[in-house]
Amino acid sequence: MFLNQRPPIRNNVAESNLFTRRVIIAFVIVCALIGVLLANLYSIQVNMHESYQTRANGNRIKVIPVAPNRGIIFDRNGMILAENKAVYSLELVAEKIKNIEHTVDTIGSIINITDEEKELFFKVQKAQKRFKKVTLKSRLSPAEVAKISVNLHRLEGVTVEARLKRYYPYKETLTHVLGYVGRMTKKELQRITDNDEGANYAATRDIGKQGIEKYYEQMLHGVAGFQEVEVNHRGKIIRVLNQVLPEHGQDLYLNIDVRLQQQAYSALAGRRGSVVALNPNNGAVLAMVSSPSYDPNLFVHGISGKDYRKLLSPDKPLINRATKGAYPPASTIKQLMALAALEEGIVSETSSIDDPGWFKLPNVERKFRDHLAWGHGKVDVYRAMAKSCDTYFYDIAYRLKIDKISTFMYQFGFGEYTGIDIHEEKKGIMPSREWKRNRHNQPWYTGDTISLGIGQSYWTATPLQLAKSTAIVAASGKRFTPQILGASQQGQGLLQIPADDYAPIKLKQSRHWQIAQKGMWEVVNNIGGTAYNVFKGANYISAGKTGTAQVISMAEDEKYDASKIKERHRDNAMYVGYAPYDNPQIALAVVIENAGGGGSSAAPVARQLLDTYLSENKPLGESTLLSSQSTNQQDRTP
Amino acid sequence: MISSSKSGNGYAAKDTFAQRIHIDIPLLLGLLTLMVFSLIIIYGASGQNIAMMKAQVIRMGISLSAMLFIAQISPSALRRWSVPLFGLGLALLVATLLFGHVGKGAQRWLNLGVFNFQTSEAMKVILPIVVAHFITTYSLPPRLRHVIVGFVIVLIPTLLIAKQPDLGTSILVASSGIFALFLAGMSWRIIGSLAVAASAFAPVLWFFLMRDYQRQRVLTFLDPESDPLGSGYHIIQSKIAIGSGGVSGKGWLNGTQSQLEFLPERHTDFIFSVFSEEFGLLGICMLLAVYMFVIARGLYIASQAQDPFSRVLAGAITLTFFVYLFVNIGMVSGLLPVVGVPLPLVSYGGTSMLTLMIGFGIVMAIHTHRRFNK
Repeated sequence: MFLNQRPPIRNNVAESNLFTRRVIIAFVIVCALIGVLLANLYSIQVNMHESYQTRANGNRIKVIPVAPNRGIIFDRNGMILAENKAVYSLELVAEKIKNIEHTVDTIGSIINITDEEKELFFKVQKAQKRFKKVTLKSRLSPAEVAKISVNLHRLEGVTVEARLKRYYPYKETLTHVLGYVGRMTKKELQRITDNDEGANYAATRDIGKQGIEKYYEQMLHGVAGFQEVEVNHRGKIIRVLNQVLPEHGQDLYLNIDVRLQQQAYSALAGRRGSVVALNPNNGAVLAMVSSPSYDPNLFVHGISGKDYRKLLSPDKPLINRATKGAYPPASTIKQLMALAALEEGIVSETSSIDDPGWFKLPNVERKFRDHLAWGHGKVDVYRAMAKSCDTYFYDIAYRLKIDKISTFMYQFGFGEYTGIDIHEEKKGIMPSREWKRNRHNQPWYTGDTISLGIGQSYWTATPLQLAKSTAIVAASGKRFTPQILGASQQGQGLLQIPADDYAPIKLKQSRHWQIAQKGMWEVVNNIGGTAYNVFKGANYISAGKTGTAQVISMAEDEKYDASKIKERHRDNAMYVGYAPYDNPQIALAVVIENAGGGGSSAAPVARQLLDTYLSENKPLGESTLLSSQSTNQQDRTP
Repeated sequence: MISSSKSGNGYAAKDTFAQRIHIDIPLLLGLLTLMVFSLIIIYGASGQNIAMMKAQVIRMGISLSAMLFIAQISPSALRRWSVPLFGLGLALLVATLLFGHVGKGAQRWLNLGVFNFQTSEAMKVILPIVVAHFITTYSLPPRLRHVIVGFVIVLIPTLLIAKQPDLGTSILVASSGIFALFLAGMSWRIIGSLAVAASAFAPVLWFFLMRDYQRQRVLTFLDPESDPLGSGYHIIQSKIAIGSGGVSGKGWLNGTQSQLEFLPERHTDFIFSVFSEEFGLLGICMLLAVYMFVIARGLYIASQAQDPFSRVLAGAITLTFFVYLFVNIGMVSGLLPVVGVPLPLVSYGGTSMLTLMIGFGIVMAIHTHRRFNK
């Protein structure tokens, strides 16, 4: 249609020139625009190259933390107390699974999954971060691993993970010393983050919850490593670019002698009670038993509700009685009362009193009765200890008065933390005027003072405190902070870590130590001594003191079960002692709840331990990794 | 056809094989070089996918055959068929809007029984022919009313395509027509007033014609970091790829952004980013040099053409090729909003390559079907 309208004349040359001009203009514009593109590309590729390079690497490089292996815990002879064992667990990533109920059911048809495990899994899974693995079943048996492995191809999002898990071969024997590790809680994670330890714990799942595992968490944990990996846009690892291996945690050598520990645990035979043994020369904790106990391995894998409820029994296996059980010390502190009286000049080595079987305050009707109704007759300081004469100590307590007593007893660590290297500890009570005013809002009565003489009244102490005070007497005033840890090992060398010592107790007359020690010797070695029969025939000479405490409550936090109140009202059997008499290597305290007399129930346990420790073995230190003397390889500022 | 005996002038060698089959060797070499670039980059961008390489080689063969076939048709024959072809093209566009197959939220495909046909692609070839035909019917430079009619011819298919909606193709179609008008000698006054009118039209476009996703693209273009994981993701990852390539690039197959699949659409619209990451600024300069050679050769052929229709048509086709290049590189490097325009002859895919090669077939036909020698 256009063709018909073509005009007759056209200036072809002019049109051609016009076109050429337009083409040149177009080409110039093309070049200019290409220049704009190049300038922009230059700015991106040259000027901003580094920033984009960083972002490209940020896209592709991810840093994956690698958890260090936890340090192994040994006893002083190199016996393994806590180790890491490979454990297989079945883990699911919910976000990778289309129908999670269906998958769990499928797994349930391959291996046995209990309803409790399912319930726990769904509970944890709902609270878990996206794309985090959640354990459905832990501790798979080899057969279960095999069964699942051959079916993995049809179970997307399911993996069998091998992890190192803590294992405590001595089970309940050492629970209260070692504590245990368990899954880190949100609160613990928060604390770690606050301490700037977040990166170090990024791959760690378990953390020390109690005991040594908690106290020395930092040493045991080690330093996390990391892997720098290249990932694609879906986060799948393509290759490892670089890695820094984790540094495994330090191995710890405890002062504990596990044979002694086992002996102590079996000697208690499931009775409620505690045994603590210390080396009086260096504060090393040789044994520390709380009975009844429980298997810490239960907690490592997350304890089931059923198992946990069992541990809430009235026997309170969860409580570490050695450090948290506050008992009236009863007669086990009589040597200390004697020391105080000697120091104050109230009695002397030669002075004696006449014991009618009771003590009476002037102008007061009430009689404080001796355990021997007819009295011990003429009693000097040795006989008072050997026979555990109550009247003698009523009298000196009355004459010492409360202020002198509490001040003197503070020196032995009563009413104060011992500073042992586990966090679970109670102070017990060393009563004083201020304490009673604060606690009961009452003035101190003289009557209160009298029963302090026999370690009753408000006075409570933990078995560890009793062992410590006994060790101080045995070592004639040398004082140490009881310490469970003996040495640590990282790499080649074993680093001895001695316990803190502090200023020894200075008596006005150091001969008074010998009087107290001799008094304890008489308890064991004098025919009339309360522990004479128990220690008859021992091939070493020991010293000790029995105690029989009237009980109302065992621990500050115990609630009595009404149906058992009668049994629970029986006396606590107690014994403190040390051996050998002239060169003390071990000081111990034994407490057995509601077991009756200290001489008849607690002293035999002590005898067994001393036999084990002194007769069957040479004194410690010769055969062991840890030195038994207080050495100062590591400088510690006092 | 007149045979020439002059041999001092290289164009007179009518008896060469290339001229007998109507092929311009320099232009063909330029196009083949681009295809070699294409295969090298696609190999890496597809994750060493041999099947995709094969498919692309087959498409290249088909496109080269189409070019060869079109080159045999004389420009005057094209001109005769231009009006009926335009009518058919418009009919197909309308049919697409009415009965078209919906893909990716847009109606671009017409099911012709055997295969799906993207009707707007045909218009890319037809429109410059019909505009060149119309505008060179009269003496040049064109008068105002002819320019206005020319614009109407351009606007009808452009709006039909924009309605699908396919912003990228409508830009390319419109520019092919407008280039024809420009090269025909449309006066600068008209160009100036058109620029003013276009800027006045922009708000109308924004509020009435653009879809939400198109507006989002423009907003993202203005500030890609405002939505780094959503609509800004493409452009950010693309700039990271280009920028991290630096001057010399990370090396073939070593581009982390593309090999680790952070870069989306990496073998199609964003193939230039892959290339930039692996070959750097130096590689870009080489690639752009090849493009510039093709464009320069096309414009040279246009300026050597023997009648106004051929001149305008060859020039418009060549400049449209440049628009592909400019829009694609501009969008992947953040200069222009993301509109779906491939890197010409390099991006994976057959449709645009076929259209472009048909265009170059026409350019070759213009150069080789000469009635007389200069």
